[in-house]
Amino acid sequence: MKPTDIGNPDYFHKVVDCQWACPAHTPVPEYIRLIAHGRFSDAYMINWKSNVFPGILGRTCDRPCEPACRRTRVEDETMVKGKREPVAICRLKRVAADYKDDDILGRMPKAPAKNGKHIACVGGGPASLTVARDLAVLGYEITIYDQDPKLGGFIRTQIPHFRLPESVIDEEVGYITGIGNVNFVHKRIDSLKAVLAENYDAVFVGSGAPRGRELDVPGRKEAAANIHIGIDWLSSVSFGHISKVGKRVIVLGGGNTAMDCCRTARRLGGEDVKVIVRSGFEEMKASPWEKEDAMHEDIPIINFLVPKEVKHENGKIKGVLFEKVKAEYDAKGRRNLVPTGEPDPFYECDDVLVAIGQENAFPWIEKDAGVEFDKWGMPVVDEKTFGSTHPKVFFGGDAAFGPKNIIWAAAHGHEAAISIHALCSGGAVGLRPAPGVNIVSQKMGIHEWSYDNDISVVSRFKVPHRKKEEALKDIMAEVELGFDPDLAWKEAQRCLNCDVQTVFTDNLCIECDACVDICPMDCITFTANGDEKELRGRLNAPALNATQDLYVSGPLKTHRIMVKDEDVCLHCGLCAERCPTGAWDMRKYYVEMTHAEHACQTR
Amino acid sequence: MTYIAKPKLHHPTLLKNKAGYTRRDYDGAISTLCAGCGHDSISATIVQACFELDILPHQVAKLSGIGCSSKAPTYFLGGSHGFNTVHGRMPSVMTGANLANRDLIYLGVSGDGDSASIGFGQFAHVMRRGVNMTYIVMNNGVYGLTKGQFSATADRGSVSKKGVANSDSSIDMVSVAILMGATFVGRSFSGDKQQLVPLIKAAIQHRGAAFLDVISPCVAFNNHPGSTKSYDYVREHNEAVNRVDFIESKAEITTEYAPGALQEVAQHDGSILRLRKLDESYDPSNKGEALARVQQAEAAGEVLTGLLYVEPMPKDLHANLNTVDAPLNTLNAPDLCPGQAALDKLNASLR
Ligand SMILES: Cc1cc2nc3c(=O)[nH]c(=O)nc-3n(C[C@H](O)[C@H](O)[C@H](O)COP(=O)(O)OP(=O)(O)OC[C@H]3O[C@@H](n4cnc5c(N)ncnc54)[C@H](O)[C@@H]3O)c2cc1C
Ligand SMILES: Cc1ncc(C[n+]2csc(CCOP(=O)(O)OP(=O)(O)O)c2C)c(N)n1
Ligand code: SF4
Ligand code: SF4
Ligand code: SF4
Ligand SMILES: [Mg+2]
Repeated sequence: MKPTDIGNPDYFHKVVDCQWACPAHTPVPEYIRLIAHGRFSDAYMINWKSNVFPGILGRTCDRPCEPACRRTRVEDETMVKGKREPVAICRLKRVAADYKDDDILGRMPKAPAKNGKHIACVGGGPASLTVARDLAVLGYEITIYDQDPKLGGFIRTQIPHFRLPESVIDEEVGYITGIGNVNFVHKRIDSLKAVLAENYDAVFVGSGAPRGRELDVPGRKEAAANIHIGIDWLSSVSFGHISKVGKRVIVLGGGNTAMDCCRTARRLGGEDVKVIVRSGFEEMKASPWEKEDAMHEDIPIINFLVPKEVKHENGKIKGVLFEKVKAEYDAKGRRNLVPTGEPDPFYECDDVLVAIGQENAFPWIEKDAGVEFDKWGMPVVDEKTFGSTHPKVFFGGDAAFGPKNIIWAAAHGHEAAISIHALCSGGAVGLRPAPGVNIVSQKMGIHEWSYDNDISVVSRFKVPHRKKEEALKDIMAEVELGFDPDLAWKEAQRCLNCDVQTVFTDNLCIECDACVDICPMDCITFTANGDEKELRGRLNAPALNATQDLYVSGPLKTHRIMVKDEDVCLHCGLCAERCPTGAWDMRKYYVEMTHAEHACQTR
Repeated sequence: MTYIAKPKLHHPTLLKNKAGYTRRDYDGAISTLCAGCGHDSISATIVQACFELDILPHQVAKLSGIGCSSKAPTYFLGGSHGFNTVHGRMPSVMTGANLANRDLIYLGVSGDGDSASIGFGQFAHVMRRGVNMTYIVMNNGVYGLTKGQFSATADRGSVSKKGVANSDSSIDMVSVAILMGATFVGRSFSGDKQQLVPLIKAAIQHRGAAFLDVISPCVAFNNHPGSTKSYDYVREHNEAVNRVDFIESKAEITTEYAPGALQEVAQHDGSILRLRKLDESYDPSNKGEALARVQQAEAAGEVLTGLLYVEPMPKDLHANLNTVDAPLNTLNAPDLCPGQAALDKLNASLR
């Protein structure tokens, strides 16, 4: 293998599994350390810069960082009740938001003098808000249009307040509008051409995926009064137009909308609420913790049932008839649901909530507006620049590639803002700025580091919840109470500081084996060079996880090379402590994504 | 010195041996030796060897004298018996322990100062008595613990860190051990685990006095140019005569060897020691030749390593003394006291 190029900013970034997995590349371990030090405002600002909505995301994020967390690979099952669990990255983020100083507003940026450019955003969800923030700080004037009366998009109209209090949305939307030059217009856009005719310098489409998929079975029309499309129903609840539901409720679907529907129904009078899903339990789109929360509220989840017919009498709903299916996999590994032939189960109910998917809809974009659509009715969008086929029109969030979630909307917003800034300042839209990288040795003394290198072996801490009886009584009562600073400190100790990198300098190494001998994870091997696949098999411990890199040195005095498997390294620093020559050093590698502000350096 | 304990976590594929232990179960406390000290590597090698031999930690007694090397037993086999004797007196304590309980595996760990200076006499006698043990000298050519004075194994002409040349003749521990009657004698290097792990395993399985001289650079006081016990010097001058590949009773030979490249030594218990010859002409079962080759290599400035001498059918102290099979410390009054009648008879015979 060739020696590893640690000058490439992605190399060590990848080692920080959580940050690499985060769509916005939030510097997770840095903010976790700040939380452990009680520096909540600093932790908040790091998050605010990267992901724009720390308080919101700290309660609702889909957290792709957590399954990626190194702890899930290194914990010893015998010490953690049989289950390896990631650091509670997401809920620690909330701690930063909950305990930050009251004067955080003073740290928020203010708009500089206007640069004369004016951008329109269609839709006021997280994608548009991110574009607005990144560009307002550069002097752009932003006008956001939304058909709903307040900014926030689905964050405000869909996510129930028992998961996300409205005050948190108000606060974090306020930090963006507070920058200045961000105007909100409460208006439904019916024509892209009309918007373009107003001579904006660019238009960002962040209109989301606002249409709930219909249920197409006999009886749907006849029983329409008691069959509701999930996302429409949730927004009606959010706006206060709906405040009760029947005693027996069936929720169709297995995604997060279904989970929010069933839990909302439990708070509006639903006593016998069930979720009925076509797929198996494991394949459901909802996150494991959402399913757990629903089941905890006495909502059974019934799998492998496909709705067949809505039974009704005199225009009144009776219940739903299902067909029982099972999963079969074809030669290509694709799953097919095939009927089992068992009798069709029938479930009685008073109301049905349909949460079987969401679709994009762009009735307001004219065919001849200059924006090309593909055969599935989706806009043709560049995955890097988020530009459409119209040079001035950009897409992001759920509008770009279909329904995802908030953190992806924020990540798209950052990228689109970079493109828009390049467009408006005469730069190349295709170029991306290089991330900011800062690498600092953590050595304080011979065996002293400026980070806490001791490894905690405790299990993940649970976030305290409000008592179920109380929570179900009040639809506004937030269920999760959040970690207090003490619990947060304990949970923060579980983080392995994966951004404190093991950096190897080959010409200092005397091959004394001290690092090999001390490493608790058998990460390090001195051996003859070879090709990667073969090397992986003959290291001191096999490097089985091919998604994680091998760190390879140049040839040493004995013509061997040093190979380190990054996969299960604890970043404990013992290799560097035992190294007599400083060939190993622990260096904090701070990678920060560059947003529109510094779009001059490129990668 | 390291302030944190070695994390309890381990590689997910870490295996258990037949005794039900992982390699990490043979660890000791975290080392307080200097970072990069060869002694730590030897400790790691002992851990590996014991793991591979499926040894039960509580059946091992590790004994040592004084010195950095003699501190090392704290850093491996945390579940075994240990005894730190006074300087140079480990051999006699080990002899006593071995007499009292022959069932334990004895591991003597010492330094060149501990064994070739203050304890030189004891060293000679433990070898000639044939105590069933593995005696390892972590040889760095200096008194590491007392800040780097030349020891008796420092080569004449080698230079101290401060630039002073050693004017005394050096003691070659391997030659002394062979002369004194050790029945398994090898030399290796802390930086060569591939050679050292099987040597230690073979030494532990040898039923007699096994001695290993392991060159172990002292990074603090003896790893500079001009030293003959530095990492660089030993790597450049290492002449391995053979490699112990595996030792298992009558196991099939699975690897292909050139004719004559393999030497088999039948052992006491019927097991076979297999040596891969690197030097065609070296025969470790011939004492006189072994001594001559060690001397020649030394004169040529080479560090001869490998299994240098082995007596396949050794006799140990217990055999020499014709003791009972049961460990002496398990014998109780009825076993030891022949009774009044026997005493009366004895007394009568003396009247
Ligand atoms: C029930 C439910 C629960 C969810 N829970 C979570 C969660 O816990 N965590 C998570 O990360 N994600 C969650 N999501 C997904 C998340 O809400 C979206 O992915 C995210 O809000 C998308 O952001 P966006 O900026 O692309 O658009 P949206 O947030 O969808 O905002 C688009 C806005 O544009 C407006 N709009 C659309 N067309 C027009 C028009 N023509 N004129 C004017 N305005 C228009 C819409 O009214 C809306 O306000 C959930 C979604 C649903 C439905
Ligand atoms: C009776 C006695 N004399 C002298 C000493 C001082 N002393 C301590 S360690 C040591 C030499 C140790 O050398 P070595 O055995 O080579 O161990 P190393 O530290 O080199 O591993 C000496 C002379 C002592 N502790 N006790
Ligand atoms: S241990 Fe900490 S730094 Fe490492 S992946 Fe998990 S959260 Fe990130
Ligand atoms: S920091 Fe060094 S010693 Fe610790 S696990 Fe990683 S490679 Fe091993
Ligand atoms: S002084 Fe020398 S022998 Fe002692 S611990 Fe340090 S390096 Fe090892
Ligand atoms: Mg010494």
